Amino acid sequence: MSEISAPGTAGAGTFAPNHAVAARQVSASQIFREFLQIGATSFGGGVVAYLRSGLVSKRQWLSDKEFVELLSISQTLPGLNATNMAILVGDRLRGALGAIAAICGICLPGAVLMYLVAAFYAAHGNHPMVTAGLKGVAASAVGLVLATSVQLAKKSLTNKYDLIFVALTVIGVNRLHQSVLTVLAVVGIMGILWYHPTKSQTAGEHQ
Amino acid sequence: MSQLPALVRVFAYLSLLTVGGGMAAFPEMKTLTVEVHHWMTFQQLIHFYSMGQMAPGPNMMMIVSVGKWVAGFLGAVVVLLAFFGPTACLAFYVGRLWKRLEAWPWRTSIQRGLAPVSIGLLLAGCFTLAKGSIFGLETAAIAVAVLLVLLVYKINPALLVLASAVVGVLSFAPK
Repeated sequence: MSEISAPGTAGAGTFAPNHAVAARQVSASQIFREFLQIGATSFGGGVVAYLRSGLVSKRQWLSDKEFVELLSISQTLPGLNATNMAILVGDRLRGALGAIAAICGICLPGAVLMYLVAAFYAAHGNHPMVTAGLKGVAASAVGLVLATSVQLAKKSLTNKYDLIFVALTVIGVNRLHQSVLTVLAVVGIMGILWYHPTKSQTAGEHQ
Repeated sequence: MSQLPALVRVFAYLSLLTVGGGMAAFPEMKTLTVEVHHWMTFQQLIHFYSMGQMAPGPNMMMIVSVGKWVAGFLGAVVVLLAFFGPTACLAFYVGRLWKRLEAWPWRTSIQRGLAPVSIGLLLAGCFTLAKGSIFGLETAAIAVAVLLVLLVYKINPALLVLASAVVGVLSFAPK
């Protein structure tokens, strides 16, 4: 996960030590190229780790503290962490243009690949070898998502009552067949009220 | 062609459901693409989702495949914009307002209150996926093996996905 190839050492990279001042002088095309590289190499999910090593360690465009702050905004909002981070970091570094450069860069490689995959699938999706391989891949996706859930739960659930909200959400979607939006609204509001401001100061403080 | 407006509506809506990750929107994606619009079968949707696990970058790039499948190149572009546009704009504006929102007492409540809900949505998405991809002993064994390996070892999940494809070919391909 930490082994990211770093062939592009031109430009800002050569001035690495002067972080604070040089940090803001990043061009939109540099942003695009860095996010493109992350978008092309971050196999296996966990894009956040790749972003951190690219933006904080390698380029020093952000301090670790800034990175964590932006990540906490990303996680509060709907949208994928990877694309929310691209928008927030791009905007920090170079305003709206930087945000656009970053999100285009991070999405482009995966989007092109999945476009080609769809074309291949349309032509060969019925081949028995392909469906057999995909059966294995689909099963592994279940294990992967379960592992992510467990890891997230360990990190962000601190209170036994959280399990009630988890259960209510699953039951609402899978058993009662309510739309995700309905469940999100109903259980989400219950959760938010449960942790209403006076309470969250005493309980569930985990940062 | 005529599917483009429907693609925009569906994926713009799904985009707002991705609280805590793309998987949160999966059950709704199944309902809308398979049952409501009949763009594909559930198996095909699962195939796209599975292949998406091997792509780098943000982990819901399989939506591009869905767009391409339904309406060709334009479909892919439209879905990409519809799925990432709304949340990107939201992140952009909230990011700029954040200094003011940071001190807002309800902010912590929202973050904390939604944490279990987003894990629930992830699990719900996982169960929906499992209903269409776990059929017997072999598939269940693959899922459990991947889960255990990931919980115990620090290994790139993409390698496990590839290994599962090989296991799939070896156990399910007709000889």
